[in-house]
Amino acid sequence: MIKEYKTISEVVGPLMLVKDVENVTYDELGEIMLPTGEKRLCKVLEINGNNALVQLFESAAGINLKESTVKFLGHGTQLAVSPDMLGRVFDGMGRPKDGGPEIIAEKMLDINGLPMNPAARDYPSEFIQTGVSAIDGLNTLVRGQKLPIFSASGLPHADLAAQIARQAKVRGSEGNFAVVFAAIGITHEEAEFFASDFRKTGAIDRTVLFMNLANDPAVERIATPRMALTAAEYLAFDLGMHVLVILTDITNYAEALREVSAARKEVPGRRGYPGYLYTDLATMYERAGKKRNQEGSITMIPILTMPEDDKTHPIPDLTGYITEGQIILSRDLYRKGLKPPVDVLPSLSRLKDKGIGKGKTREDHADTMNQLFAAYARGKECLELVTILGEAALTEVDLMYAKFSQAFEKEYVSQGYDTDRTIEQTLDKGWELLKMLPKSELKRIRDEYIEKYLG
Amino acid sequence: MSQGKVLKVSGPLVVATGMEEANMFDVVHVGEQGLIGEIIEMRGDRASIQVYEETAGIGPGVPVVTTGAPLSVELGPGLIETMYDGIQRPLEEMVKQVGANITRGIKVPALSREKKWTFVPTAQVGDEVEAGDIIGTVQETVIVQQRIMVPYGVKGVIESIEEGDFTVEETVCKVRLADGSIRDLTMMQKWPVRRGRPYKEKLVPEMPLITGQRVIDTMFPIAKGGVAAVPGPFGSGKTVVQHQLAKWADADIVVYIGCGERGNEMTDVLMEFPELNDPRTGESLMKRTVLIANTSDMPVAAREASIYTGITIAEYFRDMGYSVALMADSTSRWAEALREMSGRLEEMPGEEGYPAYLASRLAQFYERAGRTISLGKEGRLGALSAIGAVSPPGGDISEPVSQATLRIVKVFWCLDSQLAYKRHFPAINWLQSYSLYVDRLEKWYEDNVAKDFPVMRLETITLLQEEAELNEIVQLVGVDSLSFEDRLKLEVAKSIREDYLHQNAFHDVDTFTSMNKQYKLLKLILSFYELGKDAIKKGANFGKLSSLEVRESIGRFKYIEEEKIDQSFEALMGEMKAAISDLVSKEAEDDD
Repeated sequence: MIKEYKTISEVVGPLMLVKDVENVTYDELGEIMLPTGEKRLCKVLEINGNNALVQLFESAAGINLKESTVKFLGHGTQLAVSPDMLGRVFDGMGRPKDGGPEIIAEKMLDINGLPMNPAARDYPSEFIQTGVSAIDGLNTLVRGQKLPIFSASGLPHADLAAQIARQAKVRGSEGNFAVVFAAIGITHEEAEFFASDFRKTGAIDRTVLFMNLANDPAVERIATPRMALTAAEYLAFDLGMHVLVILTDITNYAEALREVSAARKEVPGRRGYPGYLYTDLATMYERAGKKRNQEGSITMIPILTMPEDDKTHPIPDLTGYITEGQIILSRDLYRKGLKPPVDVLPSLSRLKDKGIGKGKTREDHADTMNQLFAAYARGKECLELVTILGEAALTEVDLMYAKFSQAFEKEYVSQGYDTDRTIEQTLDKGWELLKMLPKSELKRIRDEYIEKYLG
Repeated sequence: MSQGKVLKVSGPLVVATGMEEANMFDVVHVGEQGLIGEIIEMRGDRASIQVYEETAGIGPGVPVVTTGAPLSVELGPGLIETMYDGIQRPLEEMVKQVGANITRGIKVPALSREKKWTFVPTAQVGDEVEAGDIIGTVQETVIVQQRIMVPYGVKGVIESIEEGDFTVEETVCKVRLADGSIRDLTMMQKWPVRRGRPYKEKLVPEMPLITGQRVIDTMFPIAKGGVAAVPGPFGSGKTVVQHQLAKWADADIVVYIGCGERGNEMTDVLMEFPELNDPRTGESLMKRTVLIANTSDMPVAAREASIYTGITIAEYFRDMGYSVALMADSTSRWAEALREMSGRLEEMPGEEGYPAYLASRLAQFYERAGRTISLGKEGRLGALSAIGAVSPPGGDISEPVSQATLRIVKVFWCLDSQLAYKRHFPAINWLQSYSLYVDRLEKWYEDNVAKDFPVMRLETITLLQEEAELNEIVQLVGVDSLSFEDRLKLEVAKSIREDYLHQNAFHDVDTFTSMNKQYKLLKLILSFYELGKDAIKKGANFGKLSSLEVRESIGRFKYIEEEKIDQSFEALMGEMKAAISDLVSKEAEDDD
């Protein structure tokens, strides 16, 4: 018999104190019954003797200290999973939102998951072709990687993410592919953009959507990405699917976390975010990956908007320390009209080296990639010099580099959101651009490849 | 044993009452599942416990039992080639027991209780032994011989000692103590992780730890028994530097601690190390490596312990007389774990929420490194070098963890995101990094590499320094305004940067450079400078000089295999001299 407590003694912000409870455990899920008969969810943040401090997942409006009751359910926050989830839309707490029937649970999973044993991981090494040159050619994505997009307000990260979701494939292995999409505090319009894009391409049948929109309760956002990841883990490791998880926007998530932390009067770390933000984000991001001797994988693309375009802000900073690289969008390039405005120099994919080369992409990939990076970096430096000293200050070779970098941005990076380039097309495009430089400058490419591909 | 009860649960912190019999820092078991925790504070009968596993589902009234012993590691045969979590549970065994995810309350012994090791006695019946004396050996892997030592606090005469195959729990030797009682010795001993293992004497370091990384060995060397820090923003290549050191450092044993970092990085080590061969022994690198992995998604309290677990294992091998290198990636995550526990204990915070004792804890950790004479009659020399990565928020090293670290360490490899953007790796900034061991190691370099090596090093640093100054002028007025001599300086500095300091960790040959090769490559570059300077004085054309073909060969010298180095060096040197003198004489002819 589950006890109902009428002993709510405080409600402050997203927190609530329940007194004289018995046998309540840490992290347990609770259900609040309002006088109106409405039910709301909460979870135990701290249990001290007979007092339970709980965190609400929804607004506190309407909670009456005298009339409302709480019961604790004896388990943590769970998600009902089953293969029928595909094609469905859920709210931020995992309840159906599309008017369809409840999911008949194959099993109930705790949304916190369990840490993956590093000895059981399989190192990601299968090349994913996204069709986007700036990613495939220079910051290659592989299956099981977590590669965030660092964006800023007003930049077209949604277009890029949708393009990746639409075009991503592992060549030579079709089929068992699914997308899990979590909207975390974004607007209806942005969420609808993704949904309609999935509908348009028919991908919606292989997609699970979790929607916590801007006007949904902020603290619910703490659960939303974990709901999505629990669904993804089920699809990947129970059903053997290759799952692409898109989480947008992590900044809203971190703010919800800060709200709860502030309400608890915890000692803040940088910019008011809790000291455990790194650990908290890591327990989400690290759920991406592959397991040895097991089908299925989780590839994760979290999207975050950098406050004030500042990469050193705690959210992008801590994310960068956990994820395996980052794709950075730049406002300058956006103003220049680049689509997508990917700033390739500070962007990085840490796992690319294992996913490229002979048998995976093409033998010349690594060399041309290094050469393009180096040449573009030098070209940009030269362009800066031009603005200070004028073109006359540059040597002939430097001028070639300057021209190269401009062409590189225009033709290589700015391909548009509808162009799907194969990896060969991307690599050939790179060679085409490298022709603008004298052959003696191509020091990072092995002679044999220069002979074979430069033409 | 006394049993208490849980009163309060807040994340990894559990407060229990009825614990008056427990000691500070005792290991306790919480709840039915027996979650492992450690007492970190006592008030009356209330103990604050940091729990090394997820505490969801724990509530008031749950039993807490103390083991009466502090957090300890098991030391003995079976350590090498194993990957442990932060509290020394073998991860591979855990996969076998519970599958790919780590569930709670798993109990696996650190050293296998079944496996038999061949014990070969080196001491005899009747020998007088004391703590630290070696009584026998076990060949653990092809390259690592474990030396079984008399544990701390034991002194007496050997009653019996047996050769043969034993498990780590079986008695191999009996010692009669001074009071007449008999003490059974096994191949395994335990040691509390928070206490440094004792030694007879600490010495100053005088030999470099050769790493095969040019920028490190030549410019900013670390001594055997020294301490170094690698701070850098994300994406600047901290982990690659740490991996390179773990791979190529000329240590007998490597202990690699992945502390609050990515799971895939540890997987990478696990998959890559067995494939790579140590250039000195020709054997797989894994056969000298111990891994500690407490990834960022694993419980935060165990992350705090992982650093101590790692260094205790490293000290154990040091005591055997080995040179041990320890890498900790990253100490910032360890400090964050400390901060989280401190916050939950409601301690008054110091800077940025870190506890006030952060600096002293860091100092204690690094001070456990060093070159020592072990206990025992033999007076074995051992060395423990420690290299810690630091992950400063936003790459700004004015934050507390970086600052506290820099006060202690002697070597500072400053990773620079600007270099990383240009794909110059290792992205160690040559103007900001330093090594305080340089002077002390000078003699070793003179005796073992070349008499003029320290001079060449100085010249290299000076050139790079001058390049930075010249570049400021160039930015203002353009390169044409410089004298040819200065432009040559710029060319040579560029060559130092691109052909010498830049090193490709993923290239089969370039990944490791012997000291001989480092010397010869640097010699080539600096000789070009000397000869070039001379040639310009004699009126040679700068444009032709800077575009000599031999320079491209120098640029490719780093990709030449070690066996062919001496030969290629002679050839290139000859070619360069000929080309430059040719240039000078042509110039003279043109003048005529």
